[in-house]
Amino acid sequence: MTRTDTLVIGGGLHGLSAALHLARAGRRVIILERSWVGRHASGASAAGVRTLNRDPAEIPISLESMQMWHRIAAIVGDDCGFHAYGQMRVAEHPHQVAALEQRLAAMRRAGYGHEELIDRGELRRLVPAIAPHCTAALVARNDGAADPHRTLAAFRRAAEAAGVEIREGAGVIGIERQGADWRARTPAREVTAPVIVNAAGAWAGKIAAMVGDDIPLGVKASMMIVTERIAPLLKPVVGAVGRSLSFKQSGQGTLVIGGGLQGSADVEAQRSFVHFRELAKGARAASELFPSVGTVRIVRTWAGMEAKTADLLPVIGASPTAPGVFHSFGYSGHGFQLVPVVGAIIADLVVHGGTNRHIAGLAPERLMPRRAAA
Amino acid sequence: MSRRVDLLVVGAGPAGMAGAVMARRHGLDVLVVDEQPTPGGQIWRNVEAVAGTRRAALLGRSYAKGRAAVARFRASGAGYAPETQVWQIEPGPRAYMSHGGAASVVEAGCLMLATGAQERPAPFPGWTLPGVMTVGAAQILLKTSGQIPDQPVWIAGNGPLPLLYAAQLLRAGGRIACVLDTTPPGGRTAALPKLAGAALGAPGDLAKGLGWMLALRRAGVRVVRGVAEIEAQGGDALERVRYRTVSGAEATEPAHLLLVHEGVVPTIHPTLALGCRHRWDAGQDYFAPELDPWGETSERGVFVAGDGAGIGGAETAGLRGEIAALRIAARLGRLAEAQATAEARRLWAKLKRKLAARPFLDALYRPRRAVLVPPDQTLACRCEEVTAAQIRAQAAIGRPGANQVKAFTRAGMGPCQGRQCAYTVANILSDAEGRAVPDIGLYRVRPPLKPLTLGELAALDATDAAA
Repeated sequence: MTRTDTLVIGGGLHGLSAALHLARAGRRVIILERSWVGRHASGASAAGVRTLNRDPAEIPISLESMQMWHRIAAIVGDDCGFHAYGQMRVAEHPHQVAALEQRLAAMRRAGYGHEELIDRGELRRLVPAIAPHCTAALVARNDGAADPHRTLAAFRRAAEAAGVEIREGAGVIGIERQGADWRARTPAREVTAPVIVNAAGAWAGKIAAMVGDDIPLGVKASMMIVTERIAPLLKPVVGAVGRSLSFKQSGQGTLVIGGGLQGSADVEAQRSFVHFRELAKGARAASELFPSVGTVRIVRTWAGMEAKTADLLPVIGASPTAPGVFHSFGYSGHGFQLVPVVGAIIADLVVHGGTNRHIAGLAPERLMPRRAAA
Repeated sequence: MSRRVDLLVVGAGPAGMAGAVMARRHGLDVLVVDEQPTPGGQIWRNVEAVAGTRRAALLGRSYAKGRAAVARFRASGAGYAPETQVWQIEPGPRAYMSHGGAASVVEAGCLMLATGAQERPAPFPGWTLPGVMTVGAAQILLKTSGQIPDQPVWIAGNGPLPLLYAAQLLRAGGRIACVLDTTPPGGRTAALPKLAGAALGAPGDLAKGLGWMLALRRAGVRVVRGVAEIEAQGGDALERVRYRTVSGAEATEPAHLLLVHEGVVPTIHPTLALGCRHRWDAGQDYFAPELDPWGETSERGVFVAGDGAGIGGAETAGLRGEIAALRIAARLGRLAEAQATAEARRLWAKLKRKLAARPFLDALYRPRRAVLVPPDQTLACRCEEVTAAQIRAQAAIGRPGANQVKAFTRAGMGPCQGRQCAYTVANILSDAEGRAVPDIGLYRVRPPLKPLTLGELAALDATDAAA
């Protein structure tokens, strides 16, 4: 049996980031990871780094996270393949421009300046390859995208350099209270710690239940397409009003097409499935916005697997019932960008017992029906 | 566009055709899809066009047999979709395919995968230079267009195919500079005790092999035995071949065309994608789907026949196709179980006889170690240009499996979708980590099974909207 200060359950990016910040704050940290680092959502991510079009509840921490991305090499020792070429949401028809204008007005009223409306001319200047029918776009110029595998490697190396111990192939099968500690069991060993960070992704609901928190979760199995490498086509990440699309070109030259089209997942079996009829919508959207890509060959497709909450916002905060337990999960398909800041938030909560960052709208209580009724 | 059939057969080689004929005999609605323009598979490629020509004579008698098999298939009443690529198979079973740039979907009562074998990926230093190709690819050129290399060729490899091709090439008037026989000498010793079984069960196969060797000797072809290492050298294209034998003899000689072949392995991409269980064949260093005696996989309704079930050659492939078709007919209520079993008994007995030479051949043609675990400077993944040394370096960090190494190095992320490097990566890691290959595992197969354009996939959505 091993005792440590903090036990992080889940070796995805959010687990690594929390562990990294905790270790830098002087805590001894062990990560228990059932498979291997980045096995599910983190390794299957499109790695979009986006503040654009986020829910108001997430915007403050997302903006801070964006500042961290712009100096990510100073935080984790590698630039993670991050490029800030901007993200945009395109209107294809004049009647869609009103939706962009309303969004922009709401952002201005709330005091945010990170989103900007651009006309056809500026759109074509930024993305010359886009179909001529596109009329305008909302753009966040400081947004961008990173390389998911480089990001995983960088966070892992940084965490280990800070003293974090990562145990792969160590899935938690039970958690019990033992005095003031929690005792977590894996098939091979036990770890006790006064503090647990639950960053178990699609399985976080099960971990929460082990400490007595009933937080209903769904599963998201967002599908992705990667093509063969092609000549440079575009730099920003492009989405479109009324379409499930996120379209970009990676540093390797491949096109990466996502946007939240759903496959399906068998969480117990840890398997996910691509549904091509559904994925065809993404291919259609891509080839209508970028007519030249119709002949580009798809090399692979996949579906990731992660937890989805009822309001599609993450769960970030201390458990209302289990002392010393902190949740960080339920990112519902848009957690990658939040990785740097949420690690710092978890460290705040654990080390200082609170945080100045705005996470009130993300507290676990909001999703705990029995508690709300009590 | 979507249609439904009783049986969907993927692959119109010996197994797929025989399976379709048997299924039709029991009244099933059958569709056979195949990538080639005409039926026959790899072994009988282009046989209808070639039959009766001079080329048929030089390709040999086994090839000519294919004509009758194709004729039976053509007359069977099975639907046939040539030049069609199946790019995704889902449980159901449901298959997505493309023909001439248009995608369609077929739902089937049962699925027979008769997708055959692929040449074993056998990387060595310089294998990606222009002027180096596989014996299988060269044989396709001979079968489809009668192409004979204009320069004397170097042939390096192990197994029956290099000998067969060499004999065919000589008959066609081609010239051979040298045959580098990479069969490990230990294989002969290991194989000898199994010779009796082979001679009793399948004397024809052994006689064929002896015939090819005799043809080489008669033509005075230089054969270097016990070759342990090969290297292709040159600037923009092959200029020299360097080789080294087990006894340490080494030479570097000028060469313009080097054909290599280190045996064949079952095509397992489709069954991996379907999540079927696979077994590791330690005798031949390959994975094959786990099958019941009828050829059914761990996924109900999904059958594998032919070399995809395990390497056995054309005649066993046909038998496996027929056996699977009997079970499928019974499953779909067109044939009583007892009758299917009674009919299959005869086929099982024949199959057993045909497979009798396998232990001998497997022991004789066991690939040498360098084929599986190439030296450091070799490109393991040619799509993403990852060397064996880079894979080995990953093994030193933790004990990663194939999928982690894919994420770290991009090996297996290119257009061949890991078909070329999956075994190499698994073998290098197995060797470096001291774990068995099944523990390392292969890459997760990510669809599509065949490259598909964005436009083809997009059209699938447009068709649905119109329907």
